[in-house]
Amino acid sequence: METFVVNILNGLSWGMLLFLISIGLTTVFGVLGVLNFAHGSLFMLGAYLCMQVMRVFPSFWAGILLGPLVVALLGVVIERWLLRRVYGRDVTFQLLLTFAVLLILDDAVRIVWGPGFHVVEAPAILGGIFPLFRHSYPVYRLFVIAIGPVVGLSLWAFFRFSRWGKVVRAAATDRAMAEGVGIRVPLLFTAVFALGSWLAALGGALAAPHQSVSPSMGDRIIIESFIVVVSGGMGSFPGAFVGALVLGLLESFGTVFAGRTQMALPYVLLAAVLLVRPRGLFGREG
Amino acid sequence: MAGGSWGPTKRLVGTAVPLMVMVLCPLILPVYWILVLTEVLIMGLFAMSFNLLLGFTGLLSFGQAGFFGAGAYVTAIMIAKGSTSVWLAFVASTLFAGALAVVIGYLCVRRDEIYFAMITLAFGMMLYTVAHNWIEVTGGSDGLPLLSVPELTVLGLRVSLLAPRNMYLLALGVTSLGTWCLRRLVRSPFGLMLTAVRENRERLAFVGGNVRRVRLAAFVIAGGLAGLSGSLFCLFNAMATPTFLHWSFSARPVLMTILGGSSVFLGPAVGAAVFFGLEQVTTQLTHNWMIVLGTILVPVVLFFPRGLLGTVLDLLPKRGGGRG
Repeated sequence: METFVVNILNGLSWGMLLFLISIGLTTVFGVLGVLNFAHGSLFMLGAYLCMQVMRVFPSFWAGILLGPLVVALLGVVIERWLLRRVYGRDVTFQLLLTFAVLLILDDAVRIVWGPGFHVVEAPAILGGIFPLFRHSYPVYRLFVIAIGPVVGLSLWAFFRFSRWGKVVRAAATDRAMAEGVGIRVPLLFTAVFALGSWLAALGGALAAPHQSVSPSMGDRIIIESFIVVVSGGMGSFPGAFVGALVLGLLESFGTVFAGRTQMALPYVLLAAVLLVRPRGLFGREG
Repeated sequence: MAGGSWGPTKRLVGTAVPLMVMVLCPLILPVYWILVLTEVLIMGLFAMSFNLLLGFTGLLSFGQAGFFGAGAYVTAIMIAKGSTSVWLAFVASTLFAGALAVVIGYLCVRRDEIYFAMITLAFGMMLYTVAHNWIEVTGGSDGLPLLSVPELTVLGLRVSLLAPRNMYLLALGVTSLGTWCLRRLVRSPFGLMLTAVRENRERLAFVGGNVRRVRLAAFVIAGGLAGLSGSLFCLFNAMATPTFLHWSFSARPVLMTILGGSSVFLGPAVGAAVFFGLEQVTTQLTHNWMIVLGTILVPVVLFFPRGLLGTVLDLLPKRGGGRG
């Protein structure tokens, strides 16, 4: 029973982080049509910038506020001067361009902060432990579990009900028509990519006290969020939510029932979904 | 593709002269550069086999390292079990990787574009976890070292592969043979079918072509040749490790192909040469090779979509007949 609850909580907290990364990735794909390989590096950069801000203003909240904003500005630069040139080009070129950004960001982080691990302390109010049966569980993980649905729901409400959200959806559905009615689509694409980058970095800043901060932290999460986004259905919010939680739980329970084959589970999930539902669980078949 | 309209004599000279130069260059090059060139040849063959899918069939596979690594492990395991024939290892590695590609390809070729890239990534990473976690057979994350590299038997002579020059010549021979096969293939009627799949698969299906079967055939050939290059790589490094199968290793042929040019037959090989050449130059100056690679890749993707070789060939005056 105890291991069961701990596995559920571990699975949910990892799943919620994955969800935060995946909604950024899936939004960018849904609107811009580009699968961003550098998304995991923006996540990692979010963690590093949060840490860097905390060295100046010793508050986690300052870090989580300012770090992602800086990454969003970087997103503006990436979209405006790089991505904009490859819309409509072959998918290989889009993947490779964002892969090049990944290489540059990963190495830049190594140059600035060194290749080693860093530890970021959770804020005092969330830093404690929480009694769970005979053991204890970090409060911070519960905070991560709670924050995922909050961010997800607000984003969903934003796209569903707000005027800007409707404009974004219009541009994603029919770019030419949106331009025809006077929407400035290029500007909108920049804003959406900045939002996606902000979400990635927010996930990174939240992940900083959850795991150790290192240059390779983006590499694991980018492949896992690809799995979430593709098996959930590219561009789909519910897909990203379900996909992220399934993957998070699969990994925490995998160690119990699958033993050594646990590492292969995410890939088995991805292949199985693509074989049965080619456009993902919540994707529109076309 | 360039030079497709040359006469037979000119074509023979155009192949024989560079080949002779490559056979003779280890006589003057220092050992270090022979090692670099050997790696260029092996990865060049890997990248060209990958480009049979990307450039000729229009399929972006992100799991080719799975077949490359499978070839490497077959060779490592055979030699660890006492086999002494390098040739047998080549054949077995190619066939094993090809057989894997039959099974995996059968499932993958139903998907297109980004979905094809993702499903091949998934299968490649499944093979990676097998290599990483099936410790009894593969040695786990440490890999499987070759305690002794067997001698090669050529025309009754026994040759040691521990000498870099011999390893280089073997890689040159195998790579040339693989390149020749690929060249014959893309120029055959089957090669035209591949182009048809790339350009317009609906139309091919309407005129009675079996798109899946053509794609599967290309996938199996690419997988088999990836296994062959993996087998060479295993002999070259005297070991097989799980990193050979990781997705980041699958990204290498993609990088090399785009660097050299996916629309030119020898583009990926040129890309491999440029890749390793730059790596050698860069790592003498700085540890941060990735940032340099990324910075080079950005303008190549943005401004030279035909790659380095493709761009150079575009700049040369056209020889009648256009693109061959």
